[in-house]
Order: sequence, then structure tokens, then C-alpha cells
Amino acid sequence: MGAALLETVDVHKQFGGLAAVSAFDIRVEAGEIVGLIGPNGAGKTTTFNLITGVYKPTRGKVLFDGRDITGMAPHAITRLGIARTFQNIRLFRDMSVLENVLVAQHMRMGTNLFEATLRLPSYLRRERRIHERARALLAEVGLDAHEEAKATSLPYGRQRRLEIARALATEPRLLFLDEPAAGMNPQESVELMEFILKIRDQFRLTIVLIEHHMQVVMGVCERMYVLDYGVTIAHGTPEEIQKDPRVIEAYLGVE
Amino acid sequence: MKSMSRNAWLTFAASLAGIALLFVFEETFDRFTMQIFKLCAINVILALSLNLINGFTGLFSLGHAGLMGLGAYTCALLAMTPAQKEDNFFLQPIVPWLLDVHLPFLPSLLAAGLFTGFVGWLLGVVALRLRDDYLAIATLGFSEIIRVVLTNAQPITNGALGLKGLPRYTTMWWAWGSAIAVTVFLVLLIKSSYGRAFKSIRDNEIAAEAMGIDVFGMKVLSFTISSFLCGIAGGLLAHYLTTIDPKQFFFLKTFDILLIVVLGGVGSITGSIVAAIAVTASMEILRFLDGPLNLGFLVTNGTPGLRMVFFSALLMIVIIFRQQGLMGTSEFSWDALARIGLLPRRGGKERDG
Amino acid sequence: MTEAGNLAGLREAAPSQAELDRRDTEKSQKIDVSVFSVSGSISMDLQTFLQQFVNALSLGSLYALIAIGYTMVYGILRLINFAHGDIFMIGGYLAFYGVGIFAMPWWLSACLAIALTTVFGVGLERAAYRPLRDSPRISIMISAIGASFLIENLAIVLFDARPKAFPVPGLFAANHVVGGIHVASVSLIIPLVTAVLLAILLWIVHRTRTGMAMRAVSTDIEAARLMAVDVDRIVSVTFAIGSALAAIGGILFALKYPRLEPLMGIMPGMKCFIAAVVGGIGSIGGAVLGGLLLGLIELMTIAFLPELTGYKDAFAFILLIAVLLFKPTGLLGRNQGEKV
Repeated sequence: MGAALLETVDVHKQFGGLAAVSAFDIRVEAGEIVGLIGPNGAGKTTTFNLITGVYKPTRGKVLFDGRDITGMAPHAITRLGIARTFQNIRLFRDMSVLENVLVAQHMRMGTNLFEATLRLPSYLRRERRIHERARALLAEVGLDAHEEAKATSLPYGRQRRLEIARALATEPRLLFLDEPAAGMNPQESVELMEFILKIRDQFRLTIVLIEHHMQVVMGVCERMYVLDYGVTIAHGTPEEIQKDPRVIEAYLGVE
Repeated sequence: MKSMSRNAWLTFAASLAGIALLFVFEETFDRFTMQIFKLCAINVILALSLNLINGFTGLFSLGHAGLMGLGAYTCALLAMTPAQKEDNFFLQPIVPWLLDVHLPFLPSLLAAGLFTGFVGWLLGVVALRLRDDYLAIATLGFSEIIRVVLTNAQPITNGALGLKGLPRYTTMWWAWGSAIAVTVFLVLLIKSSYGRAFKSIRDNEIAAEAMGIDVFGMKVLSFTISSFLCGIAGGLLAHYLTTIDPKQFFFLKTFDILLIVVLGGVGSITGSIVAAIAVTASMEILRFLDGPLNLGFLVTNGTPGLRMVFFSALLMIVIIFRQQGLMGTSEFSWDALARIGLLPRRGGKERDG
Repeated sequence: MTEAGNLAGLREAAPSQAELDRRDTEKSQKIDVSVFSVSGSISMDLQTFLQQFVNALSLGSLYALIAIGYTMVYGILRLINFAHGDIFMIGGYLAFYGVGIFAMPWWLSACLAIALTTVFGVGLERAAYRPLRDSPRISIMISAIGASFLIENLAIVLFDARPKAFPVPGLFAANHVVGGIHVASVSLIIPLVTAVLLAILLWIVHRTRTGMAMRAVSTDIEAARLMAVDVDRIVSVTFAIGSALAAIGGILFALKYPRLEPLMGIMPGMKCFIAAVVGGIGSIGGAVLGGLLLGLIELMTIAFLPELTGYKDAFAFILLIAVLLFKPTGLLGRNQGEKV
């Protein structure tokens, strides 16, 4: 076993007296697609927030590529190569589809205020480059025809895809997808699965996803973790998870 | 490409026409009209500066009155001659290190901008940890603290007596030259990658942070730039009025600027410019409201304040019935003009550069 | 150039602002008379402290009364009711007109003024805030600022910008000397009235069905609506209570500093909002605590460090910023973060 791309060590998060996540240990190898499942309120999104820096763990460590990123600001973590989408879509609502993707490349542009406002050649060159890249990403998710539309005017499914394009624009190595299939019909879910596999190979990504659609999770994930009340109750391959009595109990509530 | 050059030509022609118009105004306006015309320019800068924070970065700041005062005092104290300072500070002498400073207008104005920008940066680092209404109230607090300090720091600011007899440096060219420079700067800024970053914070702070935008740093940057512009406007105002005192920078002054920004459209440069000119001009045009009125059936003998009732009522009507104001977040463009039929349409797909 | 001076401000509020400041200095002088006479001769002794304590208690109680209105409205709508200070001003003016023009006995005039101000406050919410309840918070806040702006300007037109002397009934004006401390009746009456009103208010909030609904709305407005709470009615009741308290505050303020001006509500309004934030916005106990604390800090600082008198109006804001930075939830407030 090589060095993991992502590793959390005994991560805990308390909100007041409530333990949202306890003793969370996840290990993700480069190139893997890992699923995070569990009933509503199990603390899945909280773990995303803990890893991406939105929340600071009460205890424990988060390691990315061997580096301790615990408690770092979210933007600094994104800069290191972790991107995410949101369960409750968070697009830049008054900006165009294209601008949404352009914003995500701001930190990679390496420009300064002076160049940017004076529109120096060095800046214009970079600006052209990120426009090209943004259009390529939009084509990738099938939104190239809508680049001038206001982000929130898109139908729900397209907004989800725009979120993924925007996350890819930050040039991540590790991508977190929070319920990417939410609100999709079976046909769209199948397309999404293919899409996830495709971007993993194309952008050499490692992907961690939260999903309720079991078909999607079982279809794309190589390994998965199951959370219940903030506690990791099982992890393993989809086949192992399907047979695990604790998982069945958590989902079905066996007495 | 042909259509691009059409827009470029139109812009070029409009700029020439604008400059020609300024020459015409300089010749034809009487002193009174010219004063109002200059005030329009200062208010354009103030409105743009407030709109940068409130409209484009989505931070509700109410600190402009105080920052403006800071700019006004800095510029005035640098530009006054030692003799003028001695005349003013008859109650208590001015601190020695400030007495002999005497700079031309441009460096004074820039220094006013830089110093206000620096103070804005300091305030920003402290206050921008807060959001929404808490930020509004904290910036309002800073504005008042600045005013109280201006009132009490007698050896530096001459306290409540204020400063009188400042050189009348703010000519039409200074006022409008600055306003145009600020407008061009802001258009370029908003169109740049930084402008997009500001807008992303306005639209969704958490997502902006997750997309690698240093949200706090960007907020401080926006606040600092806005303070810089506000300081410039303050400096222009000081040498336009030629008399300043701390009471002019009471926090209600911020509401006047807010009125312009809201009427023009929070998040629209065009809106702020149009509204600044319209509001400043109508403040004068509607001055008759404060005087005796003859309504035919009713003759009143002067109700001072009626004019402001009109403006505050207008603000309420706009915010309740047309929140986007005049322009919403849209901007002027030749293509938009073509779309509504004021210019001949051009063929092909439009893409603004 | 006076002509240029007039052009400069967009508004012509210069005279009234000047008035406001003048009044503030006069006010502080009025309060400080005893301070300076005593502190001039002796270093701070117990008597001075007690004298200032009584003054601070009375000023702080006034602040508390007004702060309650801010805290209740904020607790329910997450809105800084910028116009609250102006409602306070209207209370004072209405009481003045009742006595001055309609020659009513002071108690009748006060009751009517409170009733009318309450109606006004409820009407204000209907007209300016309710249509925007689902709008972005910035819009509602601008509406609140606009409403405050409008009321102030209307007051300048209707009530006249020149200050009016408030007729203080003898009952309130009497001066007592207790153990070397000078106390005007009104300074004793204010804390008493505040205490009684606070008791009634706490009873309403904690012992009645309406109070229970108010607490529910302030915890979660959507959940309360689902539980069949008539949110609009509760908001109206909240504004009614807040406005009534502001009116009483306004009248008491006018009894203590008998001078009415259209912009008299601005500074006390700001300070009381700050008191509410310091105490923990949304908490009635916090508002009272914040009000008393602010009164105490203002008067004690002036008493013990007279050279800072000029900075008096800045104390509240400095306190505000300190609290916001180090304990943003205030002394008694609860924590609320955005859910991701």
C-alpha cells in the first residue's frame, strides 16, 4: 500500500453537546472512487466540511498528500488541490454560466491587481487561456451552448453539472461530490455514472462522493464507508457493504 | 470584427463629444450651475465607491461619511499654506510637524486617498470578520468614531471649528477628470478577474471560498479600494467647499450616498453615475419645495425639509416596488442600446470584449 | 462661501445636525454639573460615585427600555429597525402636542401618545417591512434606513426643525437631596417604570400564549408557521410592544432632558441598538443588561476621566466593536451560524 492521497486520523466534530462526527478515519488512494453513505443526518456532509476546511475538527488530523491540512482555510485547501460541489447547490447566482467557471480559475491565474486592471498583455494572455479552458470544461458537461445564461436560470440537473465543471476548473486532484445524483431520473443517473468515471480518467482525479442513489454508489465506487450517527459503522467493497448486517440495520432499523 | 470596431468607434466618438461638452459647459455655465455640476462629479465618485463594496462585493458598509471626512481633512491639511493653518488654529496651535507641510493639490489628493485607503484597510481587517447587518453597524460605528476623533483632535484638525479658507482647487476639470478616471478604473476592475471574484463573494460566499477565492483578503481589498476612492472624493469635496468641519461627516451623510446607489441600482456602475447626477441636480431643482409654494388653492410660506421628504419617500418607493433601482445590475453598452432600437442593429452574434 | 456650503451637502440638514451636536454637549454638561463641582475639589469619593451611579441607573434604564424594542424585532425578523429611534422621537412629540396644543393633563397626553405611537410602529412594519419579508436582508435593511430617513424628514417638516421645550410636570421636576446626592424625581421614576414594564414584558413573553408564539417565531419562523402560528400577527404584536416601550422611553427622555427635536432619536437609537447587541441580540435580559452597562460606562468614564468628555459619543461604538469582535453573540446571546 502506497501513501494515501487523503487520510483522516481520529477526526471528531462536536456541535455544542452533539457529536456530529466521531473517530472518523478515512483513507483514499490516488485514483480511487470512494463512496460515503449513510442515513440522513449521519454526518456525511459534515465530514466533507471538515476535510475541505469549512469546519475545524474538534479533535484529530486531516492529511492530504502527506501534508497536515487540519484547520486550514477552505480557499487554501482548494489551492492545494481539493475541490467540491455542494448538496444544496451554491452557484454564483447573478453571474453567467461562463463567469461561474472563470471565477474558479482566479487563484490559478497568478495575476495581480495591477496587471488585471491595466489589462496588460500578460494578463490578457492568461485571461484568454482561462476562457478557453472554461469553454472546454463547459463543453465537457454539455453546457457550452449556455455560457451566457444566468447560472440560476438553468434547470436543476444542469446546475449540478455546472457545479462539477466549476469544481474541475480549480484543477483539483481530489474531488468531493455531495449528492451529485440528487433529483435525477434513472436515465440521468446512469449518464452521471459514466460521466464520473470519464472525468476520473480524463483529469486523473480521485473522487469521494456522498450519494443516496444506491445504484450510482454501487456502480462507480470501488470502496465505500458507511456512517451512522457520525460513527463509521462499516467500510469495504460494495459487495461487502451490501452484506454487512450493521449497514442493513442502520438503513432498515432492525430491532 | 467589423461590429467590434463599430463599438470602438462609438466609444471614441462619445468620448470626444463628452470632452467637447465639458468645454462647452465650462464656457456657458454660470457660477451656480457650475458648482452643482462639480458636485455631481464628486457624488459620482462617492456613489461608485460605495457601490464597489455594497453592490459588487455584497458587503453592507455604512462607513463612508467618516472615511470621506478623513480624506477631506488629510487633503486640506496637506494643501493649506502654513499661514492659512496659523490663521485657522487660533484656539490652540497646530502640531509643529504638520504646520510646515505644504503640497500641491495632486499629491495632497493622492495622499488623502492613500491615507483613507490605509485606514480603510485597518478598519476592514477588523470589521470584515462580521457580516450583514453586524458589518453595517460596525462600519457605521467606525464612521462615528472618526467623526468624534476629528471633533476632538484639536491640535491636528482644529476640532469643531473646522478648517476655513481652503484653496478652491476643485475646478470642473479636477472634479470631472477624477470622476472619469475613477469610472474607467472601476469598469476595468469589475471586468477583470478581480471583479469576478468580488461578485462571486456577493453571490455566494461559501462557494467562493471553496473555489479558492481568499474571501477575507478579497473583502479587505475591495474595502481598501473603496476607501481610497472615498478619500479622493473627500479631498475634492474639501477644496470644493473650501470650508470643512466634522459635523459635515455625520453618519447621515452615508445615507445620502446610499440613496444614490439604491436609486441607480445596487451593482451597476451606469446606474450609480446616472443616479448621482440626477439626484444631485434634482436636489437643486427641487429646492423650490423648501420655499414658499403656491399650489393655486393653497399658498404655504416655506417648509424647509420638504425636499428631503421627497427624496426619502422616493427611496422607500424604489426599495419596496422596484428593488433593482434604475439599472439593476445591468450596465450601459452600445449593444444594449441597439437591442432597444436606439441604434441600428448589427448582424451576427454579439460578444462583448 | 455660505452658498457653496449649502450646495455641498445633498441635504440641508446642517442646521439640524448642528443642533443635534449642540444638544448633546448641553446634555452632557447638564449631567456633568455635579460631577465637575465635586470632582474638582476631591479625588473620586464614594459620594461622587453614588451620584453618578444614580444618574447612570436612570440613563441606563432609558437605554434598556428602547433596547428591548430593537432586540425583540431583531430576534424575530433579524432586522435592525433603524426607525426605532424615530419612533421614540414621535412618542415624545405626541406627548408634547397633547399637553401643549390640546391642553390635556399630562397623564392623558402620555397615554394617548403611547397608543398612537404603537399604532404608528405597527403601521410602519406593515408598510415598509412586510412587503420585503422574503427579500434579501440588505433590501430590508435599506428599507429600514429609508423609513428612518423619511420619518426624520417628515418630522422636520411637520414638527419644525427648531427645538421645542417639553413641559415637565412638577411631579417629575422636583429635586431631592439624599445624603448629599442630588436626585431629580424623574431619575428615580425612570428605573421604577423600567422595572415594572420589564416585569410585565417578561410575564407576557414567558407566561402567555402570545409570548410562547413569539418565542417560537424567533427560534424558527418557518417551523412556527408550519405549527399554525400566525406569524404576521406575532410580528405586529412585537412591533406594538417595541413601539409602546419606545414611546414611553421617548416621554421619559423628554422629562429628563426637556428638549424635543426631529433628530433627537438618532443618537439614543444607535446607542440602544448597541446596548442590545452588547447584551446579546434577541435576549430581553441582555438588552436590559446592555442598556444599564452602556449608561454606566458613559457616565462613569466622564466622571472619572473628564478629559474624555468629548469622546462620549464614541464610547458606545467602541464598546460595540469590541463586543462584536470578541463575543459576537453578546453577553447573553445564543450562537447562530450559517448551515453549509
